Amino acid sequence: MPQKFLMKGNEAIAEAAIRAGCRFFFGYPITPQTEVAAYMAKRMPEVNGVYLQAESEVAAINMVLGAASTGARVMTSSSSPGISLKSEGISYIAASDLPCVIINVQRAGPGLGGIQPSQADYFQATRGLGHGDFHLMVFAPAGVQEITDLVAQAFDLSDRYRVPALILADGMIGQMMEPVAFSEQSPHPAEKPWALTGHRNQRRPNIINTLHLSPDKLEQTVIERFARYDSICANETLCEQMLTDDADVVVVAYGAASRIAKAAVRAAREKGIRAGLFRPITLWPYPSAALAALCETTKAFLCVEMSMGQMVEDVRLAVNGRRPVEFYGRTGGNVPHPNDILQAIESAAQMAPQNERR
Amino acid sequence: MPEFHRTNGLTEVATHYCPGCTHGVIHRLIGEVLTELDVLSNTIGVVPVGCAVMAYDYFNCDCVQAPHGRAPAVATGVKRALPDATVFTYQGDGDLAAIGTAETVHAATRGENITVIFVNNAIYGMTGGQMAPTTLPGQVTQTTPEGRDVHRAGFPVRMSEMLATLDGAAYIERVSMDSVPHIRTAKKAIRKAFETQLAGKGFSMVEVLSTCPTNWGMSPVDALEWVKEKMIPYYPLGVYKDRTKEGVF
Ligand SMILES: Cc1ncc(C[n+]2csc(CCOP(=O)(O)OP(=O)(O)O)c2C)c(N)n1
Ligand code: SF4
Repeated sequence: MPQKFLMKGNEAIAEAAIRAGCRFFFGYPITPQTEVAAYMAKRMPEVNGVYLQAESEVAAINMVLGAASTGARVMTSSSSPGISLKSEGISYIAASDLPCVIINVQRAGPGLGGIQPSQADYFQATRGLGHGDFHLMVFAPAGVQEITDLVAQAFDLSDRYRVPALILADGMIGQMMEPVAFSEQSPHPAEKPWALTGHRNQRRPNIINTLHLSPDKLEQTVIERFARYDSICANETLCEQMLTDDADVVVVAYGAASRIAKAAVRAAREKGIRAGLFRPITLWPYPSAALAALCETTKAFLCVEMSMGQMVEDVRLAVNGRRPVEFYGRTGGNVPHPNDILQAIESAAQMAPQNERR
Repeated sequence: MPEFHRTNGLTEVATHYCPGCTHGVIHRLIGEVLTELDVLSNTIGVVPVGCAVMAYDYFNCDCVQAPHGRAPAVATGVKRALPDATVFTYQGDGDLAAIGTAETVHAATRGENITVIFVNNAIYGMTGGQMAPTTLPGQVTQTTPEGRDVHRAGFPVRMSEMLATLDGAAYIERVSMDSVPHIRTAKKAIRKAFETQLAGKGFSMVEVLSTCPTNWGMSPVDALEWVKEKMIPYYPLGVYKDRTKEGVF
């Protein structure tokens, strides 16, 4: 039996990264991810790693770019306003095909916003973390144990596909304490013949570059990268389903919101409403096919988020008009109450087409 | 008669620099120094956004191209991961002294053990000749068509003087490309900066006064004269910081 530890989500992120072989961490203080950096500052020296507090998130992400260029496993972490600052560097990292892991422990925005948990960076994470045609792999843990598993996976997959990975957490997941066991599996670092290590007079210089002035050449590099995205979509999409087999109303929620939605789904079942929960674990790639398949059996979807409604667009794209898609959300750092979600489930159940054959 | 050879520090790729531009001379000096110090095979270059963006094709070592102004942060990441490698950045004045000022200052004050080659040509070359942080008072550029008016556009920044005040800076020198003797001095400075890094003494920077005949609207010869007549008085040459014996820590 692996040993269990009682840990905060933020600490688990840091420890999981170190166990995944990450030896370089560059950060800048911001609430509510503070414990990630504090933990790294303490732990990195113990494993001969580097913890460096940068002068800004801009500098931190570019230090990540530099360390990743050498083939090292490297991570940075921040919260919403800091992630905005990192977006330039993230675009360059994606264009350089460099692996790395970025943590966003989301807080409420826009602007300086607040420091309470939020899921309002979904668009940013899945659509717009920088300029240009590119994606990140986006993982959304819903508990401390899952954090440790997803961080390990994020490092491995980022190495394998040469695509940066983002862990999209939030203040609630980051701050809560749960027992965790770390995987006994060792990390799977990929071969990195492209890394900058000094040519040692044994090969031509390696170059990591994002400039391609010829439109055809640039298009070709983007198309090659999108071919890798295709295999990520085909092989790495993750979701969890609970009680969806016979559900009339399927609640779709991720991260912290999914934990509350789970309680609401159980309460609905107790009231005799056939509710279920669909929880995307990867937000990019989005588990659209699994969600669309539920149109065969369910009558309505209810998307629940800690935002004004962002993921709901992906739900609508997947459902594609075949079933009604309702939305319930709180924003500004407010967390939905299970009773409010229950009410939303009840009204979705009423609005659902009643006489349709199942 | 001595023969003139391409240094092994540069590749055979022909550079794209304008005729008479001294970027190419600075490249050659770096290539010669890295070859003479026998560190080329273990060197990582960090190139900027600016006219020198394609320098990754010219230096005969591993290279990474950084976002505009971020080269010192990228170099920090490289150096922390490969402490035994020789790591240098090559940056223009817009890159180093405007958009990347924070990265420059903090790499220096951390005593980051890297070498920065700072090409000060008093203008934004790549984007077609706009005002740079180092554009001289009265200098005409595309965005100061009447000449830089310091009341509206502020004063030029003297980076060598500024960085020399920082405890982490081990070696800071300003040199010029305007004449052969100055080019000889420049090579010595570049060599000393890399030696500072090899000895692990702390941050080193060589600021090189360089020409941009294209955007200054001058012949290459007049451009060299302009460096001598206008730039050197505003940006005096010399060693601004030397803690290469004792180191910064
Ligand atoms: C974020 C960002 N802002 C602006 C630019 C446009 N840009 C490219 S090079 C440059 C300035 C280059 O001037 P300098 O650093 O002095 O180098 P030089 O070309 O003179 O050698 C600018 C503003 C850019 N590429 N990226
Ligand atoms: S634009 Fe100016 S700095 Fe750039 S290559 Fe031409 S002369 Fe040199």
